[in-house]
Amino acid sequence: MAETYDKKIKFLEEMANKIRQKLIETLVEAGSGHSAATLGSADIFAALYFHILNHDPKRPDWAERDRLVLSCGHYCPVLYVAMAYAGYFPLEELRTLRKINSRLQGHPHYGSLPGIENTSGPLGVGLSQAIGMALAARMDKRKNWIYCVTSDGEHDEGNVWEAVMFAGKNRLGNLINILDRNNIQIDGFTENVMPLGPLRQKYEAFNWYVLEIDGHNIEAIIDAVNEAKAIYEKPTVIIAHTIPGKGVDFMESEYKWHGVPPNPTEATLALRQLRTLGGKIEEE
Amino acid sequence: MINQKAKLSPEIFKKDIKQAPTRDGFGEGLVIAGEFDPNVVVLCADITDSTRASLFRDKFPDRFIEVGVAEQNMAGIAAGLALSGKVPFISSYAMFSPGRNWEQIRNFVAYSKTNVNIVGAHAGISVGPDGATHQATEDIAIMRVLPNMRVFVPCDALETKKATVAAAKIWGPDYIRFAREKTPVFTTEETPFIPGKAEIFWESSKPQCAIIACGPFVYNALLAARELAEEGIHTLVVNNHTIKPMDEKTIIDVAKKCRAVVSVEEHQVAGGLGGAVAEILAGHCPTPMEFIGMRDTFGESGSPVQLIEKYGMGIKAIKGAVRKIIRKR
Repeated sequence: MAETYDKKIKFLEEMANKIRQKLIETLVEAGSGHSAATLGSADIFAALYFHILNHDPKRPDWAERDRLVLSCGHYCPVLYVAMAYAGYFPLEELRTLRKINSRLQGHPHYGSLPGIENTSGPLGVGLSQAIGMALAARMDKRKNWIYCVTSDGEHDEGNVWEAVMFAGKNRLGNLINILDRNNIQIDGFTENVMPLGPLRQKYEAFNWYVLEIDGHNIEAIIDAVNEAKAIYEKPTVIIAHTIPGKGVDFMESEYKWHGVPPNPTEATLALRQLRTLGGKIEEE
Repeated sequence: MINQKAKLSPEIFKKDIKQAPTRDGFGEGLVIAGEFDPNVVVLCADITDSTRASLFRDKFPDRFIEVGVAEQNMAGIAAGLALSGKVPFISSYAMFSPGRNWEQIRNFVAYSKTNVNIVGAHAGISVGPDGATHQATEDIAIMRVLPNMRVFVPCDALETKKATVAAAKIWGPDYIRFAREKTPVFTTEETPFIPGKAEIFWESSKPQCAIIACGPFVYNALLAARELAEEGIHTLVVNNHTIKPMDEKTIIDVAKKCRAVVSVEEHQVAGGLGGAVAEILAGHCPTPMEFIGMRDTFGESGSPVQLIEKYGMGIKAIKGAVRKIIRKR
């Protein structure tokens, strides 16, 4: 059993690395898009799509599926890559991201691509939409889980706190908010642009159950979700501390990589680093 | 004369005609919708009694969601509910919903094409003493510009009830606008209400001008038409309750027949009913027009009657506009 579990974690770690490599290729091809947070959240998306979510890529409208609501729509390249590997659509279609006539819009559009649960991009509204789904699940007595991925920067938006207040009041135990705490936004470090801390105390004050983890530790992500599921009387926020640009040394923790893709030369460098795990192993 | 096919109230021109705020019809319509569709849910932002959503709350407490004074969150939650198969109505004052939460409505309701119904109460200058901050006179414009959005402006409480029930049945985003003040209930249960179909309420054998109106001002248009007829000026009055999709055929037909049009609305002239009519006529049948509405200005505190007079939207103003436009035919 322990061996199987270790294998699973190893598989997910490898999947996260595959996602990162495909992300670099996809962003270069698109010629625009967000590098830092997508690389930074690859472990979270690998854990969600290949272990946590109860979903079926062949039946994206299955009513009992868990919902993944992406609130910070600019993360969509990592969502698309994870979905493609999971089997929602062919990997080759990733090359159409941000191009004319594509199902892969620059920010996700509900209705364009099966498996996309909501429109997002304009920040701070995903949690509200996830709340609507959590309320509907409760009314209809469905047992599915509603996951929302939010960014730390979007917590500048007042709408987020309206939603946090509402979910706390209504004890939405079927709602899990995975907050990507990467400390950067377009204009700089979050604590310089608009201090967000202390996020734990803020969420606790609104009657949420709070977990804080290393967002690159797959095991910690899975454990935190399991713990959140055991908390039925409150919504849970998992504050996942991540390094933006994770896996590519010249992008890591550098806010200038928030909203730009690598050029082909940078992409070659980035891919080499990812393939060799930063020089630890030889490139194939 | 009154178009008999419209089955308007026999009391229509009596002094003591029954009066009710259009929002009353919303509350009654919600209860009907709630009964025939268990997926109908209602959200309100702290003004549940005022919008009359309270009628639904009392009947279906498990399907009523109080969000507090948080209209942006309300729109987002409604989108999420709709994405899970619910038929949400979100209700507040038009100034705040769709005013404050316009972007949420644009992206997560209209663009996503979620089945959310938005109702804006206390629209227009007749909100009165609360003043310009609460008088939404731009909401038709900001909603009709959105792709996928239907826009209804019912003329009395009964028609508001019908529009509410229709919105619950029609799949897709809808906006319904209503007012605060009591206004005459001059339609009847038998008056036709078909979304997207304008109705002729007043007809003449040789009309010189078509008065195209929406909302409670339709009644004022009828009063104006009756007084004008006594002067020998013959008009048509169209109750254009659906601003979008607008009944192009009826609009073009009446414009061709009359060769002069006056639009009447409790809204900015820019971007509202009059603008929408002008867009249709410019493309199909260019016709001289006069516009009754707010002229690029904000309102102020006062009684509804005083405000409607001061801002040039009363019966006298409608008559003046008709007299002016028929000289240009």
